[in-house]
Amino acid sequence: MGEGVARLVKRGNVMEKVEPILKLNNVEVKYQEVILVLKGVSLEIPEGGIIALLGANGAGKSTTLKAISGLLKVEVGEVTDGSIEFQGERIHKKSAMEISKRGIIQVIEGRKVFEHLTVEENLKVGAHLRKTGSTKDGLEMVYHYFPRLKQKRNEVAGYISGGEQQMTVIGRALMAQPKLMLLDEPSMGLAPLLIKEIFDIITKLNHEEKIPILLVEQNVKLALTVAPYAYVLENGRLVMHDTSEKLKENPDIRDFYLGLSDVGERKSFRNVKHYKRRKRWLT
Amino acid sequence: MELFVMSLINGIMVGGVYALVALGWVLIYKCSGVLNLAMGELTLIGAYVTLTFYQIGVPFIMSIIITLIIGVILGILVERIFLDRLIGEPILAVLMVTVGLSFFFKGIIEFIWGVQTQAFQPPIFSLEPIEIGFIKISRVYLWSFILAIVLFLLFSAFFKYTHWGLAMQATADDETAALSVGVSARFVYAAAWAIAFMSAGVGGALLGNINGINISVGYLGLLVLPAVVLGGLNSIPGAIVGGITIGILQNLSGTYLDQYFPGGVKEVFPFAFMVVFMLFKPYGFWGWERIERM
Repeated sequence: MGEGVARLVKRGNVMEKVEPILKLNNVEVKYQEVILVLKGVSLEIPEGGIIALLGANGAGKSTTLKAISGLLKVEVGEVTDGSIEFQGERIHKKSAMEISKRGIIQVIEGRKVFEHLTVEENLKVGAHLRKTGSTKDGLEMVYHYFPRLKQKRNEVAGYISGGEQQMTVIGRALMAQPKLMLLDEPSMGLAPLLIKEIFDIITKLNHEEKIPILLVEQNVKLALTVAPYAYVLENGRLVMHDTSEKLKENPDIRDFYLGLSDVGERKSFRNVKHYKRRKRWLT
Repeated sequence: MELFVMSLINGIMVGGVYALVALGWVLIYKCSGVLNLAMGELTLIGAYVTLTFYQIGVPFIMSIIITLIIGVILGILVERIFLDRLIGEPILAVLMVTVGLSFFFKGIIEFIWGVQTQAFQPPIFSLEPIEIGFIKISRVYLWSFILAIVLFLLFSAFFKYTHWGLAMQATADDETAALSVGVSARFVYAAAWAIAFMSAGVGGALLGNINGINISVGYLGLLVLPAVVLGGLNSIPGAIVGGITIGILQNLSGTYLDQYFPGGVKEVFPFAFMVVFMLFKPYGFWGWERIERM
């Protein structure tokens, strides 16, 4: 694991410090004490970096995010083994409230705006945990990155377009001055142009505000261009992790997630194989 | 004609007080999805607390302010002791707890204040009505209405412009999303109960002023249910319109129907109206169209 991050630094990427801000160590998650969803996931997020977490439906991507943010407990899930460390402190037993106070803010999937509030009121609710600077400064910062939201500031969030709702929820998370942002499928159900706009802003946020981001995405191609390093989950297990460059070259990733055959043509999903992993008798 | 206008105006005045009680109902429902069936008893407690302070010589307005403060304390206590542990439980269980609370409060009230009808002595407002042309408005009604509207505006401003008001609305919309930006649902519920206790309590004090206080003021609190349903269970402006509509219906039915159906047509008519109304608009005027399973 440490090796991966080290390589990242050598490649001259945007990471400045090698010390990971978040560390998942062999995390196991059970829902309702019986359903085992994560079977030992380990990953690291370096200070100021973007890390992508990839995988098919039901692989456990969202669960990983919820385990980190503590929202898992709302759904009667629990980290039953392993540990999650944020800035050197173990947080996996803490409540969602305590974790968000420490600066880990999750943007839940599905554009969960407060639909009866206006865009600006939505953002103001996000300022709940702000420690420094006024709400007004925060709004200015959000409007700087999302000029569209400034135009729509007085509209009721339930009635704006999907892309604007996605911007609203990301902006709302920004208002909380996150030390780590967990983004769950920001591209879901959006038009390609909008997706590009949103991902450009995400990249910009990471560069300019130095906010580390853990990005969960189904759109693998996109995720691999935004994030320099990625982890791949399958059935609750980490099956590989590498720099995005290497992953793009990996035949299995090309095969399964990018839908490309060796010659670079699209091929039918019927012929695609799951990532082959060694049989482990003890797990 | 004169009679009609008088009933109408009195209806609007009482309706203002109903709206205040309805606000408490709407708030708890909006934030936590719970229909608080102990609302009637909250009004009753407010009425008695105000009365007690008034009787020991505290001025009426001060008694109301003390009632507000005690309302906050009781609201938070009730939420912490009884409802906090029910977060995430089926809604029916929570509903049953509020029914239990209603009996519990009623018992305590009878234990402390007895069952005799008590009145504010000396009367707070002079019995001399205000006359505008041919219309006579009793002072109690007028002042209750004004006080109710003032409080209502204060609460509405709280929701619109303060941070905590916004946070409460956010939790009502999406609890998990609110939690993800650090708004604690537990705190919001406690705040909702505190405000509900405040508005219902003052509403009770005002209603008690009109008719004297006994257990039946609690039923007046329950009479607000049609008002809430009419306006939509989670709409604050709906509470005003619903409250005033019910006030008017009650007075008009009292004036015109009582001779045909003697005995409590005044109390029944709003409920009958609610049933018919809900056939056509099941979510009320401004309620959110969301399927609720009870």
